[in-house]
Amino acid sequence: MIKTDIIIIGAGPVGLFTVFEAGLMKLRCHLIDAIPQPGGQLAEIYPKKPIYDIPGYPTVLAGELVDNLMEQAAPFKPGFTLGERADSIEKRADGTFVVTTSKGTKHHAPVVMIAGGLGSFEPRKPLIDNLADFEDKGVHYIVKDPDQFEGKDMVISGGGDSALDWAIYFAEKGSHVHLVHRSDRFRAHKDSVARAHELAAAGKMELHTFAEVKGLEGTNGLDTVVIHSKEEETHIKTDLWFPLFGLSPKLGPIADWGLEIDKNAIVVDTFDYQTNRPGIFAIGDVNTYPGKLKLILCGFHEATLAVQTAYKIINPDKKFTLKYTTVQGVQGFEEEQPKETVKS
Amino acid sequence: MSTDISITVIDRKGEAHEFTVPTDMNLNLMEVCKGFELPVEGVCGGMAMCASCQVYVLTETHFGERNDDEEAMLDEAYFVQENSRLGCQIPITPELDGLKVALAPEAP
Repeated sequence: MIKTDIIIIGAGPVGLFTVFEAGLMKLRCHLIDAIPQPGGQLAEIYPKKPIYDIPGYPTVLAGELVDNLMEQAAPFKPGFTLGERADSIEKRADGTFVVTTSKGTKHHAPVVMIAGGLGSFEPRKPLIDNLADFEDKGVHYIVKDPDQFEGKDMVISGGGDSALDWAIYFAEKGSHVHLVHRSDRFRAHKDSVARAHELAAAGKMELHTFAEVKGLEGTNGLDTVVIHSKEEETHIKTDLWFPLFGLSPKLGPIADWGLEIDKNAIVVDTFDYQTNRPGIFAIGDVNTYPGKLKLILCGFHEATLAVQTAYKIINPDKKFTLKYTTVQGVQGFEEEQPKETVKS
Repeated sequence: MSTDISITVIDRKGEAHEFTVPTDMNLNLMEVCKGFELPVEGVCGGMAMCASCQVYVLTETHFGERNDDEEAMLDEAYFVQENSRLGCQIPITPELDGLKVALAPEAP
């Protein structure tokens, strides 16, 4: 069990800045995020896009902002549980919370801050009636442990970097790869597209453009993938299909945490951005209130106010007066957060 | 001197809504739909990255072609047709007067 003062769900810009503001008040934080790197949308979707409305930065690339926020948070030695989705929350008799992830990792703290942005990023699934029958029995939305698939014949769908990168990877490892894409334009990096065409010319990959996988067959797991193109229907004998259509955000399990939800966002009180469940806060794009603006800078403000109430919850008998960093500087934590393994 | 234009949006229940929209507010079609409280999410905020503002263009109205980001997103989106566009990539200009679109179904 990981113990901390504040469990932050979502390691995007607002979650990362919460670490800093909480740290100034000597509160420890631990972040949970479904994607394997910090930065949220900024890192996952638009790292190379410039942002123009961060105060003090006439322009900053989204990826650079994440790097800076990580650096700013570093003195407070936050913990991270990455690549795991926060699935469930349990309130204990003493008022503290235990948050459990999709991989079963448990986190224990008196305060939970949901900085979940658009939600967790889930693979975009194709619309095929019997798709669910083959999930993990031949159909995989992400490539985990690629070694096990090397040399096998396979169908990969999609036109982005993920689809092209894996198609090239497996073709170079001796697999016969059918790459299926809805058009003949690939969004992937142009070097990858050129490489795919080379491999196709060399007979190591088959490109199916203006084509889509429309059917899956098999009695005990996948054995045939049916590809429709404008002219024909092709049946490919294979037990592997990777539909790699990118990720789309879903609010996910948080929607079932007993929080008041309005239009896919969590309703909060603007006094301290607390939800209808005391001790659980929602900050950044994931919350809503009258006048809400989904801006990073508003999330920073929300985080700063939320940690004031968090402090009072964690230290009910102490009074805290605001100190300016210009006066006090930043005093980080000397030690890493102790990794306690307490029996629950 | 800016002019207002008329745009008709058919919602997912088949009901038509005619809106008078200003052309000098730097709006796009996704924002117009949201502004008039149609069930358009605009999850990504207008970066052509979620397709929640997908519409089918029903008139012969002439305006800009799909851009690269939009094409890429539509290659991965659901229920895409020849006349699919992303509302967020359609700036509201005087050329759009009389435009009629239908909201695409919500992604599953």
